[in-house]
Amino acid sequence: MSFNLEVTGFRLNLFFFFFLLNPDIFVTVNVLKFPTDFFIWSFFIVDFTFFFKFVLFYSVYVLCRWLVLAMAMLRFYIKKGTHKGLYRSIARTLKFFQTFALVEVGHCAIGIVRTSVIVTGVQVCSRIFMVWLVASSIRQIQNEESVILFLVVWTVTEITRYSYYTFKLLNHLPYFVKWARYNFFIVLYPLGVIGELLSIYAALPFVRRSGMYSMRLPNKYNVSFDYYYCLIIVMLSYIPCKETVCLEPTFKLLQTSFSCKTHLTHSKGSKLAVRMRSINKKVIGSISSISENYG
Amino acid sequence: MKHYEVEILDAKTKEKLCFLDKVEPNATIGEIKSMFHRTHPQWYPARQSIRLDPKGKSLKDEDVLQHLPVGTTATFYFRDLGAQISWVTVFLTEYTGPLVIYLLFYFRVPFIYAPKYDFTTSKHWVVHLACMCHSFHYMKRLLETLFVHRFSHGTMPLRNIFKNCTYYWGFAAWMAYYINHPLYTPPIYGEQQIRLALILFLFCQIGNFSIHIALRNLRPPGSKTRKIPYPTKNPFTWIFLLVSCPNYTYELGSWLGFTLMTQCLPVAFFTLVGFIQMTVWAKGKHRSYLKEFRDYPPLRSPIIPFIL
Repeated sequence: MSFNLEVTGFRLNLFFFFFLLNPDIFVTVNVLKFPTDFFIWSFFIVDFTFFFKFVLFYSVYVLCRWLVLAMAMLRFYIKKGTHKGLYRSIARTLKFFQTFALVEVGHCAIGIVRTSVIVTGVQVCSRIFMVWLVASSIRQIQNEESVILFLVVWTVTEITRYSYYTFKLLNHLPYFVKWARYNFFIVLYPLGVIGELLSIYAALPFVRRSGMYSMRLPNKYNVSFDYYYCLIIVMLSYIPCKETVCLEPTFKLLQTSFSCKTHLTHSKGSKLAVRMRSINKKVIGSISSISENYG
Repeated sequence: MKHYEVEILDAKTKEKLCFLDKVEPNATIGEIKSMFHRTHPQWYPARQSIRLDPKGKSLKDEDVLQHLPVGTTATFYFRDLGAQISWVTVFLTEYTGPLVIYLLFYFRVPFIYAPKYDFTTSKHWVVHLACMCHSFHYMKRLLETLFVHRFSHGTMPLRNIFKNCTYYWGFAAWMAYYINHPLYTPPIYGEQQIRLALILFLFCQIGNFSIHIALRNLRPPGSKTRKIPYPTKNPFTWIFLLVSCPNYTYELGSWLGFTLMTQCLPVAFFTLVGFIQMTVWAKGKHRSYLKEFRDYPPLRSPIIPFIL
């Protein structure tokens, strides 16, 4: 029964994904998005007791959303031939997705994903900072190439990451997905950092001129804040912070995943006992490795 | 009187680091640590953590060898705690910093504000009052460190001094910059607000000092006994009826007074961060009191009466 629900849920998610891909309904995708979300969420609520499947549904859901975003970006580029105005067209969707990622911090806090809350929190906050406080609020940089660069990098990273989780939880991990997860980040990570830093750098003159998000003396709270210098500090601390928060968990992932392989080769006893033991090991192994991967 | 033999192994690698024979049965862990230090001079006693079990709790310096659950050949596990620095040193450094830094900003030393303001004084009397209060607070802390406090642990890890000094010095500079700024705005409610804040500040400073004296008197000099603190004849200590760690309560009160007095958001932020840290410490202390003493008064809360 539970296995059927899992497969049905997965099929339904795929169905909605292909449904949304249909070119004729792309125009109305913003309207359709919210009812779709509610429908998928009702699945989550029904299956909430089985944490294993909740993580699966969440992975599939996020994967579908990023694929939709990727399709939207590709379609815009094919239709218009230029990247100018691309950000504007996906801004609302992107803001919704990235803010929604706060839910992952909740996952860590409840304990169904065993990563530290702080690590996930910092990662999600840096994404939200880029989307809300840099790209969306400073209109003049939205046509810059660096913005498109980091958007593309995020999309590819998230798609590989969540497809890896999804396939791993379904125990059918194609070699290509695993290879992508371990190797793409070598190229994508520096590209992403470059894209984000260049975007902030491009935004600096506009921030200085408009004096946005800044507070000057004198005021009754006796405090001042200069967004321009704040951005400069963010740029300077970007690489050390990213190094500790993103790179180290990824390196840990590589180390532990390679060592996990040896566990599953030895088993004794009757055929049924062997099967039960291997299923148990896989379930527990998936949950614990997911927790490492989520960092 | 049979002698013990003591074997010390590394907690992680389990290799034999030291073998001591002919150890007196009434030798303390402290003496064993100094014997170990003689064979390994780079690990002074404050840096050693000796335990019965590699993953267990560290043994205290006063524990006597024959009262421990070991045979005649005792095996201990050693862990290096890293470079240590004494509490007194750390406290003195971290409290002198804010004292000096605030005065630098108060006297408007060059290169902080615009050159036309160098060495001028503020025209608001509340700024002078704030400087006096801030300096008094840190002088009091320095004198308490030298003459009042009795520390149960002698040392702490070396990296703590960098962490603590950055916190205190950084916040002191941030607060002092705005309070002593030429464009400082005095509190909205004027005299009344400042007077009320000053009374609160002084009340809590005296209270804080009384609590420190009361805690010092709980423990005779040189000993490390732990007792439940009770209210004394001093009215400021009557808060012991309601709170486990009233020194933190009074500290919070002082900083709230200072915030009201200056009406400065960085000061409020400093108070908030301090409050969070002190609550964590107070809860830990309260928990250890409850664990150690069966007859601990049930009415007491960790830091704020009835609430927290």
